[in-house]
Amino acid sequence: MLPNINVVSLVSVGRHPQSGRARRAEQDGRAVELGLNLAGNTLTVVHAGNAQEPVLRQYAGMGLPSLTVLAQESDCDALPALVSFLKDKHIDVVLTGVRAESGESSGMLPYLLAEQLGWPLVPRVAEILNIKEGEAEVLLALPRGQRRAVIVKLPFIASVDNAAQEARQTAFGPGLRADFKVLTLERVVDEAASQWQINIAKPRPKRLKVVKAKTAADRMKAATAKPVGGGGKIMKDETAAEKAQAIFDLLLEEKVVR
Amino acid sequence: MSHFSSKDSSLDNLLRRDPRTEWIARNRLHPLHSSVVSAGQGEVRGSSGLLRKNPHVIGFIGPNGIKRIDRANLSSAGLNSKKRTGEAKETQRPLHIVENPDAYIMVVADMIGGRLTSHDKDILGLAHQLVAEGNQNTAVVLVCFGESKETQFDLAGVDRLIHLSADEFEGFAPEVRVAALIQIETQYRPEHWLFPDSVHGGSDLASRLAAKLGERPAAQAWQVTASTTTSRGASGSQDIRRETPRILMLMEECANAIEDTRHQVLPLDLSEEFIVPSGSCLLDKGQIEVDSNAVPLAEAEFILSAGNGIHNWDQFHSAAAALGATEGASRVAVDDGFMPRSRQVGASGTWVTARVYLAVGISGAIQHMQGIGQCDKVVAINTDAGCDMVKRADLAVIADSEAILEELTKLAQQYSLSKSQEEKSDAA
Repeated sequence: MLPNINVVSLVSVGRHPQSGRARRAEQDGRAVELGLNLAGNTLTVVHAGNAQEPVLRQYAGMGLPSLTVLAQESDCDALPALVSFLKDKHIDVVLTGVRAESGESSGMLPYLLAEQLGWPLVPRVAEILNIKEGEAEVLLALPRGQRRAVIVKLPFIASVDNAAQEARQTAFGPGLRADFKVLTLERVVDEAASQWQINIAKPRPKRLKVVKAKTAADRMKAATAKPVGGGGKIMKDETAAEKAQAIFDLLLEEKVVR
Repeated sequence: MSHFSSKDSSLDNLLRRDPRTEWIARNRLHPLHSSVVSAGQGEVRGSSGLLRKNPHVIGFIGPNGIKRIDRANLSSAGLNSKKRTGEAKETQRPLHIVENPDAYIMVVADMIGGRLTSHDKDILGLAHQLVAEGNQNTAVVLVCFGESKETQFDLAGVDRLIHLSADEFEGFAPEVRVAALIQIETQYRPEHWLFPDSVHGGSDLASRLAAKLGERPAAQAWQVTASTTTSRGASGSQDIRRETPRILMLMEECANAIEDTRHQVLPLDLSEEFIVPSGSCLLDKGQIEVDSNAVPLAEAEFILSAGNGIHNWDQFHSAAAALGATEGASRVAVDDGFMPRSRQVGASGTWVTARVYLAVGISGAIQHMQGIGQCDKVVAINTDAGCDMVKRADLAVIADSEAILEELTKLAQQYSLSKSQEEKSDAA
């Protein structure tokens, strides 16, 4: 835990992938967990939406003494409310999920916040290693389990990847007892989104394997041929050192050996 | 009829049969039989006047390259006038030409490992679908950052190419990249910006650009026409239909890749010199070492896989550690108890997606080859030059695994040593 760091975690209402019920969102839960590890009890957790939403108690049950709700209807844009909430406060770190589990889930919110506040953004954070002297060292989660260390100036916005530490269990009682601060800020209706047609997702068609052979012989070849890589290089008579060097050069060229 | 004209190059090397000559050759009572059979041979008499038969012209070469002698005259393929001229020639696709384009569609590729991914190619295909629906005189421009090893831009559908390969674009440099994209935007004002919605930086770059330009993008789009876009929302449970925005983040398999045409791949330049924006708030410290064996086998980038040809297992493990490779194994190695079941690659194990797969002493059973179907580069070390793994491999080394692994370990250790010394001298 680091002293004198103001951390804000933004949370949304999640959706269970199988049952479709509202739940604590996976990445937002991790953002709260990361925030709790950084700031402890001084963490501010903010939700823009309905203050009566029971899912918010699940976040509060992670050990939050209070939770801030910027009250607005479901067709409102969360961005202006969040910007006006964050703007004039002394905040060092804002944590969000990468993508919401409800609504458009475009993942644009952290980027738009960063743009409007003029702060840097680090995408897909796995861990925040340390914060000192106005700089933070963070680990980004790259595909294939790789990590990248990045140093970013405070204040910054980070979206938290699924590789971050899993959210702790929520406790029902403390969740109910948590204090909700409901603020009413300006409400801006999302006009563009009201024009959209929203349906239940159709399963995407599977891509068909089209055989484009023109003659029967080609079709026979396509059906029976073994997949063969296009004639690779074969080294037979060289010395072991030369062969190993050739392999190592290939590994360096592909940048898998660093 | 023009379709069947003899100029058609694809028909040139087809085997043309003459059923009548074949029938005459089979029918020994036919008046023309003797002349047909001896057509290609002619009667040769030796110096003593004896009739000489040339044994080499008897028979024909079968489809697998073995000489067949057809004594029963079941098929008289040898009588056919034309022979198959080896492998079918690679047909050249027609060139798609865009002269002085009125508009542009920008595709920003992930280029993992310096090559176009199938996701990138699908998006190029989609860009050409959009061109076909709207203004035909639109060029599809590929914007790629960093080093490129791709040689088939023309077949993937790239009309114009903006290749930004300077050092400042390497590694994690989203702010610099977005600054370059904004310069492209002001210069060319493209109709659309298409990005792969991927974790490889595509969606990050798209979101940054959209935020900078103040445009509302469509994320996770999967059905795109010139007028409407369908995208997934609410964690994939809803389809959102809307007007097609300028910036699109596209899912995999959103369209079919280009298959029928070749494209020009002309370089497109930025009019002004690109200036690196100052005061960047992000400082890349580079990728850090992760425990390569903690990475799940299915998503490991570099796998060193062991099979029946490994005898010195300690050496194999130390080689994997030195190279920083994730360990894999064939079924035999697992059944013999040298590796845990969770490390098995293949049909009953894990289907791997590694970019480089180094197979040591694996001959390549079909179940194993299925498991490595998605690997980009396969390197084989094997004593048997005729095995399937060597046929599949991009680089095959015919040698005993022990000697090669020893050399490889040495090379890797030397490399890391020289690198750490370099860092020390840099710091000093």
